[in-house]
Amino acid sequence: MGKVFAFHGGIHPPQNKQQSTGLAIQPGPVPKTVRLPVQQHIGAPAQPLVTVGQRVLKGQLIAEPGGRLSVAIHASVSGTVTAVGMMQVAHSSGMDALCIEIENDRLDEWVPHAGLEDFRSLNSNDLADFIRGKGVAGMGGAGFPTDVKLHVGDHHIINTLVINAAECEPYITADDMLMRERADQVIAGIGVICHMLKPSHVMIGIEDNKPQAIRALQQAALGNRHNIDVVVVPTKYPSGGEKQLIKLLTGVEVPSGGIPADVGIVCQNVGTAVAIHRAVAHGEPLISRVVTMTGDALARPHNMEVAIGTPFVDLLDQANLKENQLARLVVGGPMMGFTVNDDELPITKTTNCLIAATWEEMPEANPAQSCIRCGQCEQACPVELLPQQLHWFAKGREFDKAKNHNLFDCIECGACSYVCPSEIPLVQYYRFAKAEIRKEEAETRKADHAKKRFEARVARQEAEVAEKEARRKQRAEAAVKAQAVKKDKLEADAAKPAVTADAAAPVTDIKALKTAAAVTRTKLRQVEKALKNAENKGLEGVETLTQTVATLQTKADAAQQAYDEALNPAAAAPAPVLDLKQLKTNAAVARTKLRQAEKALAKAQDSGEGDIAALQARLTEQQAKTELAQAAYDTAESGEAAPAVAPAISAEQLAELKADWDAAQAKVAKAQAALDTAIANESPAAEKMKAGVAKLQAKADEAKKAYDDAASPVTAAAAPAISAEQLAELQADVDGMTAKVSKAQAALDTAIANESPAAEKMTAGVAKLQARLDEAVQALQAAGGAVAEPVVEPEPELDLKALKQQVSIMRTKLRKVEKAVEAAEESGEDTSELVADQAQLQQRFEAAKAQFDAEEAALVARAAEEGVDLKQLKIDAAMARAAVTKAERALAKVTEPDDQQEKLAQALEAAKQKAEQLNSTLSRFE
Amino acid sequence: MALIRVTSPHVHKANRTADVMRLVLLATLPALLAMTFFFGWGTLINVIWASLLAVGMEAAIIRLRKRPVMFYLRDYSAVVTAILLALALPPFAPWWLTLVGVFVAIVIAKHLYGGLGQNPFNPAMVAYALLLVSFPVMMTRWNMPTVLLDNGALGLFDSIAVIFGGLEPAQIDQFTGATPLDAFKHRGGLTSEEAWRQIDVLANGIGAWHAVSAAYVMGGIFLLNRKVFTWHIPLAMLAAMTVPSILLFGFDPDSYADPFFHLTAGGTMMGAFFIATDPVTAASSNKGKLFYGAGIGLLIFVIRSWGNYPDAVAFAVLLMNLAAPFIDLYTQPRSYGHTQAKRGLKGDS
Ligand code: SF4
Ligand code: SF4
Repeated sequence: MGKVFAFHGGIHPPQNKQQSTGLAIQPGPVPKTVRLPVQQHIGAPAQPLVTVGQRVLKGQLIAEPGGRLSVAIHASVSGTVTAVGMMQVAHSSGMDALCIEIENDRLDEWVPHAGLEDFRSLNSNDLADFIRGKGVAGMGGAGFPTDVKLHVGDHHIINTLVINAAECEPYITADDMLMRERADQVIAGIGVICHMLKPSHVMIGIEDNKPQAIRALQQAALGNRHNIDVVVVPTKYPSGGEKQLIKLLTGVEVPSGGIPADVGIVCQNVGTAVAIHRAVAHGEPLISRVVTMTGDALARPHNMEVAIGTPFVDLLDQANLKENQLARLVVGGPMMGFTVNDDELPITKTTNCLIAATWEEMPEANPAQSCIRCGQCEQACPVELLPQQLHWFAKGREFDKAKNHNLFDCIECGACSYVCPSEIPLVQYYRFAKAEIRKEEAETRKADHAKKRFEARVARQEAEVAEKEARRKQRAEAAVKAQAVKKDKLEADAAKPAVTADAAAPVTDIKALKTAAAVTRTKLRQVEKALKNAENKGLEGVETLTQTVATLQTKADAAQQAYDEALNPAAAAPAPVLDLKQLKTNAAVARTKLRQAEKALAKAQDSGEGDIAALQARLTEQQAKTELAQAAYDTAESGEAAPAVAPAISAEQLAELKADWDAAQAKVAKAQAALDTAIANESPAAEKMKAGVAKLQAKADEAKKAYDDAASPVTAAAAPAISAEQLAELQADVDGMTAKVSKAQAALDTAIANESPAAEKMTAGVAKLQARLDEAVQALQAAGGAVAEPVVEPEPELDLKALKQQVSIMRTKLRKVEKAVEAAEESGEDTSELVADQAQLQQRFEAAKAQFDAEEAALVARAAEEGVDLKQLKIDAAMARAAVTKAERALAKVTEPDDQQEKLAQALEAAKQKAEQLNSTLSRFE
Repeated sequence: MALIRVTSPHVHKANRTADVMRLVLLATLPALLAMTFFFGWGTLINVIWASLLAVGMEAAIIRLRKRPVMFYLRDYSAVVTAILLALALPPFAPWWLTLVGVFVAIVIAKHLYGGLGQNPFNPAMVAYALLLVSFPVMMTRWNMPTVLLDNGALGLFDSIAVIFGGLEPAQIDQFTGATPLDAFKHRGGLTSEEAWRQIDVLANGIGAWHAVSAAYVMGGIFLLNRKVFTWHIPLAMLAAMTVPSILLFGFDPDSYADPFFHLTAGGTMMGAFFIATDPVTAASSNKGKLFYGAGIGLLIFVIRSWGNYPDAVAFAVLLMNLAAPFIDLYTQPRSYGHTQAKRGLKGDS
């Protein structure tokens, strides 16, 4: 026998164990139906494999594990599945959970099953899988998946196996009786565990109030190949707490927040050991367990081996419940168990005891008095906390302090409540405080996430604004340059009242001009450098570079000049702001005038009347003007479209480029048509128009190239700046997703720790989130090589639309049937069938609607979580769509004059873009 | 099914606050007997008078605070406070002195702070200190210890008359005595040895004080045995008094009292077992209790030896009451699974 250490505190409540040990373990009642919750364990709920009406055999797998941390469920009787759905289960929260109900056919027909001939021939991996297939979960308390515990992985080395046989809670004797009667099975189970974990030492911790069990165990362990110690510990609650027992047996403390495996220990309950043995030796899944039926309201308290899923009432009947004396029905022990008020609830894998207590046995608690700081709670706390301080903190909502006082190390054993002379329900305060803190933490995480997103958005917006500003500057610069170039070109033609650079210069912002000048200079210098380089190395393209240098030089001069002029107060007279739009309009106007002049000339030529020479001159003049305007516009535009100077290309810009390209193509087509006409008319302008078309074509090509460059992942690799912003966005997405996943995981863990029934749902949610995160990560990785592909929203499409459709289909069908019923009624026909149809449809419709509503609510919630008002977004999108339609209509109406049409086309394009954007945002949530 | 639905635990130890308080009351009995035996009926009358006042005032103020009167009265805490105060007062303190004291204790020191469990200071000691400061003459006028049934002792009715104003106590020279501590402190130029021989209360009356102290120890051990409090505070306090007094007495026996005198003459034992152990106002962890008790012991010794007041239990306790929350912050126990105990508000370890 090993040395026994001690843990702080502990209490000695009345044992009340002898009542239920008078009889040997009896076979349990034969239930009419069993109700099997798919979650009887910690972790993800199992996934049902059966449908209503299906016949199942005893021991048949009816729900498979829903994840790594999950446990399979097997039919505990043979019979027919009568229901799969939400039903009430025995849980402290009193909430419903997914259950499978089986009507017992009393044939007790087993599925074929067989144990392992020699489990030692299997490695621990395969053995863990085998045990996993048998649905074994910890039977002592929380129901932790046993295979997970038995397969701790490489980062833990197990040196000690602790078998928890303490059973410290009063009243409960299930383990006691099990050890008395089946000690050999306990030892056999230990053998299996030893084979898997290879501990150097096995200790069975058992309280000294079970002398028979101790003797049985010692006898069974005699001559065992494993180093098994039966360690008798003094009876003191809660010596059966995992951490307390470990301290008692080994003197080692499990670190706060850690698991026993962190200190090389694995702890298993005796009941679990037996279940493992039965699974391995006989292939029996965990479908029954020993339950202690006790309490003064039972005439025949005893332990019974019960099929999992058997309703409490059957057990109470077998124990001869004195119905009128029952005041409180406790599931579990008196210290940590919970009460239920429904005796139809099922026994689960973790239900070790039912106490049918009379009023006298467990009277209602007295009202709590003030804490007198007597310190008794502190003396009793096995974790050595300061319960009274925690109580003050919880009461005063000083949760930070409570946390600092190690609130989360509280095992909710109830020892403090038990001793408190003021009868303060201390544990309740701690549960409350824990829940509040968890809630607060979740909210903080959410807020943090929202803040991160908000900041990312602000940064993005700022970048966009800066980018726009840069583009505006470039346009201004281009315009200036264009004017300068044109001026040079047209200098010879003195007769023509060329638009002077002064008049056209968009000199409003001196700063912008300065920047423009500087930028141009920089560029010039760069190209010069390149040129030098090329010259030095005798590379090709020196000529081109030389040309570029010349152009840039001109540009730089012009920019400098513009800047100088702007600086000069005389020149800084209110100059008209000439932007791209205006340039475009100018060009259009010039074209119109040209056409008019052409027409006039043609008319004059036709009729032979009028001053043909004058008209000719006017036409030439007009042509020159048009060309000038067009060129100004083109230059300005191409300046904008040039990908080399675009600092960053976002999806939006990409769309813009595309629009540019489209517009350019349209222009080319138009120009070509005009040219054709001109040629057909033998117009003298045809020649010039040809050149114009060629130019336009070139421009269109350029636009296409710009678009391709921006869109193509290969060429854009050369421009890392392009994707920087997108990368940031992707990164933000990934971060957001990661945060979400970890949040969800944390919530899940908490839920699991709390044995919350929501855990199953949360598990699915976590999986989903994980999948999304993976997608986001992939997107980021793809973009990591400066891939400039448009931002792909990684959110998987929820089938909201389909659902909506279904709902509306259902509604339509329902209406039809309703009408049919009405008609039938009117004509006096038999409506029963139709009515039945109607009812069915109604049901289906309702189901679909409910599903849709739920989906939609989830969506709204999700959107809200991401800081988007879905409703507002929807309205916006609809409005944008309407604007598009309106613009289209307006465009259709107006066929001439040209410039108006162009404007409208632009408006349409803009509206389309906006609508598209909103739609894409919206689609992220749909 | 109409079953009770409550959270765990479903069983409760059969000890209530009232039980704890009743144990404390029981434990004061030996001291009460000893006091009555050696100092006359006055103490008993005071105890009863103070208890009546305390219950009345407690009921009134609970009513004023709109709380269930009987529910709170039943915890006996007011009676405990009153009895401890009454035991500390001079046996023939006038009725109004007790009244003022109980008022201060129950109404001001306890309920104005929020009632039982919320008061930062020991109510009985607040009252005692206030009375001592405000009415120093009355508070130091002890009668010579006699034996209750001796000749010359005041009868029960005479005692009532003295307390409730029928007789002017100053006219009876019996009541002009001092406590041994007082006598020792104000012994004039006498060395301690001379004082022991010449001053009556030291020469002859000290036995009574020893007996009373012994009675308190008895009660204290009873409470310890019943786990009403732990040994930490009394032991730390007594040790913290004994050690310096041994040192100083050994160094200069003429000027300093001997350790035994410190422990047994005056309120030391009462303070150690009945006042300092008041859980509401003490430090809460075991380690904290050690610091808390030692602080009280040391302060008592310091004030007695170099201060103006002959006895100092009240002041020392009140001072350490002030320090208790601080001590609590820095003496949190090391919880299971933690390598270090947390300290301070932020819980840095
Ligand atoms: S046992 Fe109750 S009354 Fe005593 S200190 Fe703890 S909480 Fe306060
Ligand atoms: S419930 Fe928590 S605080 Fe109370 S004794 Fe148990 S572990 Fe300590």
